[in-house]
Amino acid sequence: MRSSLTSANRAGWAFALPGIGLILAFIITPFFLGVGFSLSNQRLISPNPTRFVGLENYRQMLDIAVVKLQAKTDAAGKVITNAEGETEFPRLRAITRNPDTPQYRGMQEWFRWVSGDTAHVVIASDVVFWKALLNTCIVVLVVAPVQAAIALGLALLINQKLRGITIFRTIYFMPVVVSIVVVSLLWRFIYSGQNGLLNNMLSLISFGHFQPVDWLGNPHTALGAIITMSIWQAVGFHMVIWLSGLQTIPPTLYEAAAIEGSSKWQTFRYVTWPGLRHTAVLVLIVITMQAFAIFAQIDVMTKGGPLDSTQTLVFQAVQRGYGMQNIAGGSAISVILFVIVLVISMIQRWLTRER
Amino acid sequence: MKLLNVTAGAVIAATGFCSAAFATTDLTMWYHGAGNKVEGKIVNQIIDDFNKSQSDYKVSLQSFPQNSYNGSVTAAALAGKLPDILDMDGPVMPNWAWSGYLQPLPIPQDHFKAFLPGTKGIYDGKLYSIGLWDAAVALYARKSTMKELGLRTPTLDKPWTKDEFMHALKAAKASGKFDYAIDLGMSDKSEWYSYAFLPFLQSFGGGLINRETYDSAEGVLNGKDAIAWGNWWQSLFTDKLVPGTSQDPAAHETGFIDGKYAFSWNGNWNAVKTMAKVKDVEFLPAPDFGHGSKIGAASWQFGISASSKHPEGAAEFIKFATQDKYLADFSEALGLIPATKSAAQMTQMYADGGPLAVFYGLSAAQAEKRPVTPGYVVESKVFQKAAADIADGADVTDTLDGATDQIDADIKRNDGYKTH
Repeated sequence: MRSSLTSANRAGWAFALPGIGLILAFIITPFFLGVGFSLSNQRLISPNPTRFVGLENYRQMLDIAVVKLQAKTDAAGKVITNAEGETEFPRLRAITRNPDTPQYRGMQEWFRWVSGDTAHVVIASDVVFWKALLNTCIVVLVVAPVQAAIALGLALLINQKLRGITIFRTIYFMPVVVSIVVVSLLWRFIYSGQNGLLNNMLSLISFGHFQPVDWLGNPHTALGAIITMSIWQAVGFHMVIWLSGLQTIPPTLYEAAAIEGSSKWQTFRYVTWPGLRHTAVLVLIVITMQAFAIFAQIDVMTKGGPLDSTQTLVFQAVQRGYGMQNIAGGSAISVILFVIVLVISMIQRWLTRER
Repeated sequence: MKLLNVTAGAVIAATGFCSAAFATTDLTMWYHGAGNKVEGKIVNQIIDDFNKSQSDYKVSLQSFPQNSYNGSVTAAALAGKLPDILDMDGPVMPNWAWSGYLQPLPIPQDHFKAFLPGTKGIYDGKLYSIGLWDAAVALYARKSTMKELGLRTPTLDKPWTKDEFMHALKAAKASGKFDYAIDLGMSDKSEWYSYAFLPFLQSFGGGLINRETYDSAEGVLNGKDAIAWGNWWQSLFTDKLVPGTSQDPAAHETGFIDGKYAFSWNGNWNAVKTMAKVKDVEFLPAPDFGHGSKIGAASWQFGISASSKHPEGAAEFIKFATQDKYLADFSEALGLIPATKSAAQMTQMYADGGPLAVFYGLSAAQAEKRPVTPGYVVESKVFQKAAADIADGADVTDTLDGATDQIDADIKRNDGYKTH
């Protein structure tokens, strides 16, 4: 059992100690505390003693049901339609505030679909959580591939021996070193619906045909606007990682490829890409984790609005823990996020394993 | 070694000498205004005057930036390190009193008889905090605009009705001179929403919570009156009378001054700044939507921590600080509404006939405190989201039902926020 880790390696342990201590104090301990809090009714401020509530916080968050609403009918039994010819349905509160159906009390509509005279309504006791989960997944699914691809493209561009190439490297890397809060504030002006830079530019390019869009005020564009800005902000960081990967590929391989007369695409496909394998795994996992943790942009730019179109899990965890003083609820979200990220990272590791 | 002994001896002698000569008790005080030079200067002046005026107590000040103030107090309370004297935002006080951070002021309530009701922090029948000033909100308008649009000038006795108010907004929009009829400050997504917009809901006859029992929002936040408020509120945005939640903060800051908006629903703290730029600005009382004109009340107030070992000393300081001359000092420097009529007379702005005297009248006549309950800190967040969602086009009834459920669930989670 004696390995180099345990025998005669005191200096090594001494060097590792500060790091291990910090990780223990600020990551591992809070993690276990968080799991504990999520099983209790812990408040931020309260004179009441904390109680163990089991999985109540999770039940409250995940509770979901589908109910049916029958179209309103007039005296003759004919379906009533409104001015636009749409079938009219009774209000949801006829079910959620009905003493006969106490199990639906406190639930709200997430979305619905109508078939004939019946509306199927998906209701959840915590609609904001589901919207946040969905939005977070969209962010990850878009940001991970797009940001990785753009970063690789930029890395290939600046991995050339040209005069003044460091200037481009600096420019691409610049957004990374600027505080995300400052970047978010600036982009709020760029996206402004009244006279923002983006609207003005689009209007100029289209010779005035473009109708100004309130990018952050419109539920259909807000999340896309934040995703675009996030990709732009962090792409430089991943570009540098790709670049370091590119520079580990031995030049002799490129020379050999050139002698064999390979095309540019063939060189990339059979020399560069296989050489970047480990870098690709790293970049993908890092981007995925960063995308799941999206918070500052939301907090500065939209605060989850309009109409919950930019709610994300981390923003909700903070909002609940500190805003609503519900540490238990915030912790439960964090634990769920942890499980999701863990599972996805493991799947990524498995898919990209050495075969 | 010898040198060290001598030094130590000298130090001990010196300390001993000091305490023997003065027998001063040290008091610590926290204040939220770090970074505001004018505010800091007045607070320091009061403390200096107090320390010089007597020899029993010596107050020392620590200031925090407003954004991190509440967090610092919470952290200090958990660590058992609260100062003797601290200031707090009025509506947060019940939460802190309930949590056991504060003790009632050992000063009879009669002492503050002349103070505006909004400056007195009374929870559970006990006075926990007292403010040197109050704040008020008014409808900013230009005299010239009013005349051009042919609008009646509303007064405290005869404020605009809902119809008159809506007529004014529509007339402003129809004139085509403004981007929007009124700026409500939708960009300021914070306590401003509850402070500024909750009074509209109350004027409609609704509310955030049952003010008798404080145990449920059912029928109050989602009743008939509240739904009427929600429909009206949404119509302001669908009719494009008000810039929506995506309003750019800079436009909110200067929009009225630049003439982009005909009216502005704004606080007295912006009045001096606006008067300097807009010569014919006037401050009109809140419209009456059916149940009286209402505006929010209660600003920052002083209190004593539960852990203070010298509450009588802290009370001495609070009595000293709430003298008229200091109320007047704060008002003159920051444009705040002095807590007493006599202090108001000592100021340029709030004396009878002064340019801001109208705010003193508004505060005295229309001010209604936000719900005085420990649960308010959460209820306020729920209201902020509901008001934003309705403005963004969410279904009014469903949103208010959801907000009601959220508030009721929070009250239940906290065992009814009962005092212990």
